[in-house]
Amino acid sequence: MKIAVLVKEVPDTWGDRRIDPSTKRVDRSGDVVIDEINEKAVEAALLVKEANSGSDVTVVTMGPASALDAIRKSLAMGADRGIHIIDDGFTGSDVVQTSAALAAALGGRDFDLVITGNESTDGRSAAVPAMLAERLGVAQLTFLRTLTVSAGVGSAGTVTGERVTAEGHVELRAALPALVSVTEQIAEARYPNFKGIMSAKKKPVEVLALADLSLPAGDTGADNSWSVVADVTARPPRSGGTIIKDDGTAGTQVADFLAASKLI
Amino acid sequence: MTQVLVLVELVDGALDSSTPELLAAAAQLGEPAAVVVVEPAAALAAELGAELGALGAGIVFVASREGAGSQLVTPQVAALEAAVAASGDVSAVIVSNSTDGREAGARLAIRIDGAYQSDAVGIAAADGGIVVTQQAFGGSYTVTAGTGRGIPVISLRPHSIEGAAPAAAGTVREIDISGDTAVTTEITARHEQTQVSERPSLQTADIVVSGGRGLGSKEKFELVEQLADSLGAAVGASRAAVDAGYCDHNMQVGQTGVTVSPNLYIALGISGAIQHRAGMQSAKTIIAINRDADSPIFEVADFGVVGDLFTVVPQLIDAVNARRG
Ligand SMILES: Cc1cc2nc3c(=O)[nH]c(=O)nc-3n(C[C@H](O)[C@H](O)[C@H](O)COP(=O)(O)OP(=O)(O)OC[C@H]3O[C@@H](n4cnc5c(N)ncnc54)[C@H](O)[C@@H]3O)c2cc1C
Ligand SMILES: Nc1ncnc2c1ncn2[C@@H]1O[C@H](COP(=O)(O)O)[C@@H](O)[C@H]1O
Repeated sequence: MKIAVLVKEVPDTWGDRRIDPSTKRVDRSGDVVIDEINEKAVEAALLVKEANSGSDVTVVTMGPASALDAIRKSLAMGADRGIHIIDDGFTGSDVVQTSAALAAALGGRDFDLVITGNESTDGRSAAVPAMLAERLGVAQLTFLRTLTVSAGVGSAGTVTGERVTAEGHVELRAALPALVSVTEQIAEARYPNFKGIMSAKKKPVEVLALADLSLPAGDTGADNSWSVVADVTARPPRSGGTIIKDDGTAGTQVADFLAASKLI
Repeated sequence: MTQVLVLVELVDGALDSSTPELLAAAAQLGEPAAVVVVEPAAALAAELGAELGALGAGIVFVASREGAGSQLVTPQVAALEAAVAASGDVSAVIVSNSTDGREAGARLAIRIDGAYQSDAVGIAAADGGIVVTQQAFGGSYTVTAGTGRGIPVISLRPHSIEGAAPAAAGTVREIDISGDTAVTTEITARHEQTQVSERPSLQTADIVVSGGRGLGSKEKFELVEQLADSLGAAVGASRAAVDAGYCDHNMQVGQTGVTVSPNLYIALGISGAIQHRAGMQSAKTIIAINRDADSPIFEVADFGVVGDLFTVVPQLIDAVNARRG
């Protein structure tokens, strides 16, 4: 089975995440890491690989030079090869453009399964997976908390899984090839071991620039984006509140505060 | 006036609770038109026309497809695409920021070569077109965005628009999606509870009471529910509480859970890690009860109690009940 897993480098959620007021884009100068959900997506891909002998996992990212670390980390976990889509011409891409570039890189490579995170921690659009299913013309099984792939002997395989919804979950089934997005419940990501880290350095990473992808010239780059950010305003920090130590009456005091604030 | 299409989701044949708000948002931009997919057997087109007309839809585009109820989002994408073509003059498409809505919207944007703007908390018509307001990094930033090209497809966060659309004709127009060739995913079973609980839903509640790892066990987590019920609130949780199995995953508030901005948020036994705060820091008033005075949750609390939640909360419940009489 040929599996692609899509990983994204994001500002570390533990850090101070900022939007640069001058470019109106996410400030990536601070700590950046592979998005936690994508480590889980890699784990899901490796579990499918382990259950289907002869499988191969390609990790794909679109991002600046530093995003190579996200690929290396995935390779250290056990992925087999990488694809790094990198070009200054992609700076400032919106989701429509990002999905176009990713689809162009994936297209024609005959992946049976593409696995992504359900939503990124910086964009949180949850749009790229659905857009990719649309662009690639494959079945969409998204927001999965469980994933089972059966390769099928001589015939097309199937994918099943539980899709998380606000009210519970639904069970999904489709034929391969398919696009899957996973939620954080899918699996705990394994830690790369020493051997994995060493071998990751030798695994092949293909670099794709704008010119390597067949994308219409007038569609790429911030100047041609479908969505245009007009204005960014930082929310003022919350001003300090009243903090009390419980002296045996704190419960009553909270009720008094609620009443005084007309909240009860 | 140009039309603004709204994707109407059906739950067991009834309109999803997001519907009035979506039509109200559409009415602020143009003439609302509803788009809905039904099973042929349901034959409720006339009824839907009346219901959606009362909520503001001038036209109700109805697509019927056998088995649509067990196909994931692709029938909705096809119906929206067909409605855009049938209307001929669409200035925007609005979907709910639900799991299904946002994905149908994202796919539609690709199909009609439109823009996609996710999780809008505000939508307005401006000189240059339609401008959406979004929040970034858990409400740390407010972003406004317009459309560079194409029809904007906008997913709207529930509970962000006030008011209702004036009633309109609700004229039913059938649209044909039989030519749709998208590869389908089959929904083989549903395990969903639609509003069995008396409690308000997490995303739209005025008051949210959340519990964290400090609750200690699934049994003791009931204290969170008791306080919530005395206040008529929804119940939320931290990821640590969810991971420990105290409550269901769809109650998780935060970076990778639900974003809430209620009038009142009460955090019980939650340390207030940055990823939790990303989901609740835009609440109007925040109350925190935690025995560790150094917990970061106190940095965002309007009123904080350093104390044991197992003594403070029962007293609070009694005091609330006493005031309520
Ligand atoms: C990518 C990423 C995404 C994440 N997404 C989310 C998310 O969506 N939501 C989320 O919540 N977290 C999220 N987290 C996890 C987050 O970092 C914290 O681990 C989590 O929020 C901690 O939950 P907690 O506050 O319940 O537990 P803890 O941090 O363990 O805090 C428990 C608190 O309870 C207090 N306590 C204990 N006993 C009592 C008592 N008897 N009375 C009063 N107080 C008591 C303690 O003092 C402590 O402050 C995410 C992390 C990452 C890396
Ligand atoms: N630039 C990118 N490179 C690789 N994968 C991406 C990129 N952007 C989004 N994705 C994938 O799409 C998922 C959802 O992202 P989003 O649609 O931005 O919420 C992520 O978890 C990734 O798997």
